[in-house]
Amino acid sequence: MTWRQRLSRWDVRSAPYLYISPFFLLFALVGLFPLLYTGWVALHKWSLIVGNQGFIGFGNFAYVLDQPRFWDGVVNTFSIFLLSSVPQVIAAIAIAAVLDANLRAKTFWRMGVLVPYVVAPVAVSLVFGQLFADQSGVINSLLGTSGVDPIGWHADRFASHVAIATMVNFRWTGYNALIFLAAMQAIPRDIIEAAVVDGANRWRTFIGVTVPLLRPTIIFVVITSTIGGLQIFDEPRMFDTFGLGGPDREWMTVTMYLYELGWAGQRNLGRSAAVAWLLFLIIVIFALLNFWITRRIASTDTRSKRKRVAR
Amino acid sequence: MRTTFIRTAVLPAALLALLATGCSQPAAAPSSPAASESAASTEPVTLTVATFNEFGYEDLFKEYTKLHPNVTITPKKAATSNEARENYFNKLAAGSGLSDIEAIEVDWLPDVMQTADKLTDLSGDDVANRWLDWKAAAATTPDGKLVGFGTDIGPEAVCYRSDLFKKAGLPTDRDEVAALLQGDWNKYFEVGKQFVAKSNGVAWFDSADAIMQGQINQLPNAFSSTEPEETLIPLDQNQPVKDMYTSILNVSTNDKLSAGLSQWSTDWVNAFQKSKFATMLCPGWMLGIIEGNAKGIEGWDIANVFPGGGGNWGGSYLTVPAQGKNTAAARELAAWLTAPEQQIKAFKAKGTFPSQKEALTSQDLLSVTNKFFNDAPTGQILADRANAVTVNPFKGPNYFAVRQVISDAINRVDVTKKQSADESWTQAVKEFEALG
Repeated sequence: MTWRQRLSRWDVRSAPYLYISPFFLLFALVGLFPLLYTGWVALHKWSLIVGNQGFIGFGNFAYVLDQPRFWDGVVNTFSIFLLSSVPQVIAAIAIAAVLDANLRAKTFWRMGVLVPYVVAPVAVSLVFGQLFADQSGVINSLLGTSGVDPIGWHADRFASHVAIATMVNFRWTGYNALIFLAAMQAIPRDIIEAAVVDGANRWRTFIGVTVPLLRPTIIFVVITSTIGGLQIFDEPRMFDTFGLGGPDREWMTVTMYLYELGWAGQRNLGRSAAVAWLLFLIIVIFALLNFWITRRIASTDTRSKRKRVAR
Repeated sequence: MRTTFIRTAVLPAALLALLATGCSQPAAAPSSPAASESAASTEPVTLTVATFNEFGYEDLFKEYTKLHPNVTITPKKAATSNEARENYFNKLAAGSGLSDIEAIEVDWLPDVMQTADKLTDLSGDDVANRWLDWKAAAATTPDGKLVGFGTDIGPEAVCYRSDLFKKAGLPTDRDEVAALLQGDWNKYFEVGKQFVAKSNGVAWFDSADAIMQGQINQLPNAFSSTEPEETLIPLDQNQPVKDMYTSILNVSTNDKLSAGLSQWSTDWVNAFQKSKFATMLCPGWMLGIIEGNAKGIEGWDIANVFPGGGGNWGGSYLTVPAQGKNTAAARELAAWLTAPEQQIKAFKAKGTFPSQKEALTSQDLLSVTNKFFNDAPTGQILADRANAVTVNPFKGPNYFAVRQVISDAINRVDVTKKQSADESWTQAVKEFEALG
């Protein structure tokens, strides 16, 4: 083999790795290194102000797991996550179905659902602050006119979760609807026509044909909104002006607890890093769960494909 | 959260124009006394000055570069004090990247004092005795190092609604109100009870936690003793704080003196329009906030009195990080900026109330009146309130964590009304223990 040949063989073999390497180099720098460094910090008594104060093993983890506040945060996070993700996915599919129909001024409507997504979260929180104020809010005064007792949006734990989930849904439903819309438009029209010819009405076509074919997209949306939902920070933090989650931490999420330990009051980065790692573990467990569900759905997917071919 | 709001109200203005003006000064500067003072250092030097919100220094920078043609000033302005705070502590720990002069808020002082070895000692004969004693004492380490030059302060008075006072049969004139409220906190609460009895549902003050803030700032050692060194007082043994907590919540809930609002919340902001309360503890910077929130409401006035003596809430300092290359020149500029004459100009520009003794006797300051507060002589009133402050509250590294525990405890009773005072205190003691 000549040198030239060897070089070209090396080129063919290594080029793909080189092409993909920028991502992994960048990931090592801004993803892996901070992750490992956070683990290192979590094993030390580490103050935001004066820095490392010595190795203490798993002391920070023991402290965090012993705090009722941490578990409050976990419960709040999951509660807000479920209250936002479930209605959001259902509403997004419904909106996508409507947008998929033959509307006049299609682009206008499609861009319209994306508007909440481009509004800055701070502006959203200002608007919703007026809606969900306990004494002077719009919603409570509307409830008042119809004789219903005002709801303590900042006093009642569950009510605060509903209010925050509303803010999250406002922002993300349109975005997800567009993703579903794109997936719906990729469904071959002849399959739908075949269903119609077979005598299925619109509802039956939607449930029996469109939604099953959206499965991969639903999985994608569920996974992304799970990751986003478990890390939720902006909306609950801006739900009041102090950003700690209420006087009894009614709406404090795990990431807010992380922030409070590290940057508010205690300025204890070690404990904060321990929370970060625990959150990481929770997300990993959830990702594995997602993976398992995905594989199940994927296999039913291939089965249904086989069925279709048989038909 | 203390002085943040007043200053964030104004968005960062275009400062770039200032950058250009400094460089192009002709060498022949007027030989004013200030210029000849620093005749020794004429080498060209560039100083960066980091502030946040509004310090009112824009014109002063121009003036300084005119007096010192060799100095170029590069202003940096963070939009919020939180942003500035993160930047400050990150770069202070890293040992590089900070500006030559860095502004800090009084809330950061407990942390700043811990890192005093990373800051230039600013003490010197030229600035001795310049500030109100408590202002300088708060920024002085036990071994006598001055870590920051005081800029502004927040002396507290009582703001009140004269129209609501009138309806409830109380005096309305600000001098009579001052005489009426003269005394301790119990006196303030007693008058409040008289008011609420006839007020038809209007509360006496906005928030129980705001009253707590006023009272805690009058304790020299609220949460930790300093003899011989700092030790945190366990909350369950902290009788003075427990007593304040009990008495404030007692009048708030049983006597209905509190409007049950959390300061800065949407409900609190809207309550100004709905006239839900009649008095407020107001540091100087709060006047602008009341005026903004109560737009169109007539009757706000300010009385030259504060329960239990004097009180201060908020204020800032200028520090010179030791990591800078031109610490001597930076100290000179910081000293000039915080001199009484300059601070009065800043006060006129942006309303930052000066902390310098001499500035408090200046006619420019004393003649200031506020139209919204019924043409009250706010300059005179706030200067008197500043002189009435006697206590320098000690705020150690744990101060704000403990303060937050107390604040949460009060708000669980006063605002969300989910717990009784006793339940909430028990929880606060547990939360305090978890801080360790």
